[in-house]
Amino acid sequence: MSFSTMLMQLSSGMVKSMGIFFWTIILSLPLGLFVSFGRMSKNPALKNIVKVYISVMRGTPLMLQLMIVYYCPFLLFGMNIRTFRFPAIIIGFTINYAAYFAEIFRSGIESMPVGQYEAAKLLGYSKGQTFIKIILPQVIKRILPSITNEVITLVKDTSLAFSLAYMEMFTVAKQIVAKESTFTPFIVAAIFYYVFNFVVAAVMEHFEKKLSYYR
Amino acid sequence: MKILEMNHIHKSFGELEVIKDISLSVAEGEILSIIGPSGSGKSTILRCATMLETINGGEIIYMGEKAAYTDNNGNVIYAKGDKAKKINSNFGLVFQNFNLFPHYSVMKNITDAPIHVQKRDKTEVFNQARELLEKMGLLDKADYYPCQLSGGQQQRVSIARALCMNPKILFFDEPTSALDPELTLEILKVIRDLAKEHMTMVIVTHEMNFAREVSNRIIFMEKGVIVEETTPDKMFNSDNERTKAFLGKYHNMG
Ligand SMILES: Nc1ncnc2c1ncn2[C@@H]1O[C@H](COP(=O)(O)OP(=O)(O)O)[C@@H](O)[C@H]1O
Ligand SMILES: [Mg+2]
Repeated sequence: MSFSTMLMQLSSGMVKSMGIFFWTIILSLPLGLFVSFGRMSKNPALKNIVKVYISVMRGTPLMLQLMIVYYCPFLLFGMNIRTFRFPAIIIGFTINYAAYFAEIFRSGIESMPVGQYEAAKLLGYSKGQTFIKIILPQVIKRILPSITNEVITLVKDTSLAFSLAYMEMFTVAKQIVAKESTFTPFIVAAIFYYVFNFVVAAVMEHFEKKLSYYR
Repeated sequence: MKILEMNHIHKSFGELEVIKDISLSVAEGEILSIIGPSGSGKSTILRCATMLETINGGEIIYMGEKAAYTDNNGNVIYAKGDKAKKINSNFGLVFQNFNLFPHYSVMKNITDAPIHVQKRDKTEVFNQARELLEKMGLLDKADYYPCQLSGGQQQRVSIARALCMNPKILFFDEPTSALDPELTLEILKVIRDLAKEHMTMVIVTHEMNFAREVSNRIIFMEKGVIVEETTPDKMFNSDNERTKAFLGKYHNMG
């Protein structure tokens, strides 16, 4: 196999890895926010269900969760799951990361001083306005460093999709290494993950800087 | 005309009864000061008046409209929906620790609620905000963020923010206790100026000379009850042993 063919195959894997990454971020952040509402709910049933969900998501391996999501439709309903690979990966990653993000949102929301809510109430803001305009922007600033940590972990975690034989970066690299007895794909993969994370960290730092205009 | 009437207010936190059957009223243009040792329930009565706490008994009436009352079974019923909104637009509260929105500029802190809650005309709101900032001596700080201001400046912004809602009555909960003595004077001057314009105010304060000078009436509270309620001069020449003891302590503290 020529080097350029190898790079072609690897770059198609890169695109797929980035696909997993972006879909997971776009879906799991809002889901995590809603899960955090459930976690903080006054309804004890809802709160406990969410607590169990978060603890299972954090307490079991992501790889195992991916497998279960993937094989479930087949085991439960005998459905054909051949085309289900990508959706299963996105669902698995999303529900896992939403659990982590939910705990981060919760800690941020709970750290807000009650005076902010009281000032907003005195000025007549509705509950929704108070959350969207007053609380959430400040929460985002507070939790951004923790979000950055998770996002960087996610970049590396995308490689777990190899467990469902999804042709992302790591899966492709492993196959080429086995077939061609060359180590180069691993080097390329390492550089890819490193550069990807470097960019992600720079973007997150940019956001943090943008929000540093106030304390 | 009475702006606020509070009748037979009771408030407990769990077992602890903090407000024990307090009644007070404030007429238009009147300035009422509330003094008393710490823990006597001064903040709690303001928080009840501004709906930050729910009362356990009694009634709260703004401009003749019942914000809360106690029914025959002893349940407290609060006004809801649009009626509550209308009632709540009557009052503003200045907090001890300002509670400005740190992510909003001074201007946005002042104008956001008038524009997005009261749905008033933007130009009109900005003009009023600029007037208020000018009065507070902060016109040049309109684009600053709260963290770039001194405590005294922040408190003046929070007063401007409350005033821009055009409240009928403004409550102050120890507006100067988080401030250094020099900064305290800034705030007292602002309140004095408001008094000259006959703004209706209820002020909880430890600044005894200020209370004496600016108020029409003073309430001395202790342990959840009103010990004495009278004019400043009578209060400071009171025969009441508890009043004398409290004011004496302040005198000695200088
Ligand atoms: N949220 C609360 N929960 C329980 N106790 C409270 C609460 N707020 C105030 N208290 C108690 O009520 C009493 C009166 O407090 P407060 O109104 O703050 O007094 P003051 O403002 O006169 O110093 C105090 O004993 C205080 O500990
Ligand atoms: Mg107090």
